[in-house]
Amino acid sequence: MQGDTRTMSPPHAGNDDAMASVWRALGSIVDPEIPVVSIVELGIVRNVARAGREWVITLTPTYSGCPATRVIEADVRAAVARIVEGPLRIVTALSPPWSTDWVAPEARRKLADAGIAPPGSGNRPASETRPLLFRRAAVKCPNCGSLRTEELSRFGSTACKSQYRCLDCREPFDYFKPH
Amino acid sequence: MLFDYLLRLADNGLVLAQRLGEWVGRAPVLEEDIASTNVGLDLLGQARLWLAYACEIDTGDAPPVRTEDRLAYYRDAGEFRNLLLVEQPNGNYADTIARQYLFDQWHVLLLAALTASCDARIAAIAAKAVKEARYHVERSADWVIRLGDGSAESHARMQDAMDALWMYTGEMFAVDATERALVDAGIAADAQALQSPWIEAVRAVLSEATLAMPRDDWMQGVHARGGKQGRHTEHLSRLLAEMQILPRSYPDAIW
Repeated sequence: MQGDTRTMSPPHAGNDDAMASVWRALGSIVDPEIPVVSIVELGIVRNVARAGREWVITLTPTYSGCPATRVIEADVRAAVARIVEGPLRIVTALSPPWSTDWVAPEARRKLADAGIAPPGSGNRPASETRPLLFRRAAVKCPNCGSLRTEELSRFGSTACKSQYRCLDCREPFDYFKPH
Repeated sequence: MLFDYLLRLADNGLVLAQRLGEWVGRAPVLEEDIASTNVGLDLLGQARLWLAYACEIDTGDAPPVRTEDRLAYYRDAGEFRNLLLVEQPNGNYADTIARQYLFDQWHVLLLAALTASCDARIAAIAAKAVKEARYHVERSADWVIRLGDGSAESHARMQDAMDALWMYTGEMFAVDATERALVDAGIAADAQALQSPWIEAVRAVLSEATLAMPRDDWMQGVHARGGKQGRHTEHLSRLLAEMQILPRSYPDAIW
């Protein structure tokens, strides 16, 4: 990857303080496509480590083709460069693959507040994995809380969402796909 | 050899993503427009992961600069290693769905098998991609059922589409010398072993869709070869002409 290493300017105090502030900085970066949750809460930041003077930040993509990946990397560079000095390396880890199981509980609440049904609120039991039309389990409507909802489309406005509609309040809404 | 195998994996996603992209702005309904392109985006992302790995393989005769873009934009049809199935034209929506389902069902099995590859990079990419492929096959199977078990018109078109594309499926399970050597080394998946679970899954979906299983023809069995060896149908060159024209006309273009 091009331009992975660069030198930061302002010096910083102790290592642990620096580590904590890097995590804080990363925690302030919101997902470019779902700007209500941070990349830490979504489980995109897998690790922050120091190798000598170098900072090594491990990120994992949500979906292989997610167009936000590059923006996230640029945001991480910018945010970390403001906090610490020393070269920064971003490592992309594919394994273990990202899962919505890693989405923090706090982030699930924020998603629901933003009108996006959080992942897993409508998981089908494993016994129902054969393809059967119109038999998705209920996803809770983030607007009125009703479980009487239906899937409109398996895919939505971003790689990580599908489209639903509430049969009670009639509002369409996004569902963060369990993955 | 590994380079060639990685191209086989990459080119399926690259070519099918390009085909799905052709529906942008003109799919039958907006939701399907979005779905097709989202599936294409996943496949393109996967293709990039395979191509990035391919770029790192030293084949001895490598050109000095090998990048994902060079592999995608500067190879001619004869150098592509995708299955004949994925380069077939979009046709009507039943044709597109039949192509997608037949591929997705195979793709899931292939990727699941590749998660056990002794090549850690291949196993990691496969573990990532199989989660996406599982989601893809749910949608394409749903549509096969919806169209097959739909109106008389949609049923007829879905059956025609399955019958027409069936001959290209034999290639998915054919193991040539390149693949055999990599299978023996524990790197590649044994495509032949995927055939019976694939047939079983396809039979279940087609039965649910009230469709008949298509009949095998001469391209199944011993004659099952083509795309993986770089021998393509006429459709691939035209697809590549459109996909590659910008970087070939303006090699310095940046976007």
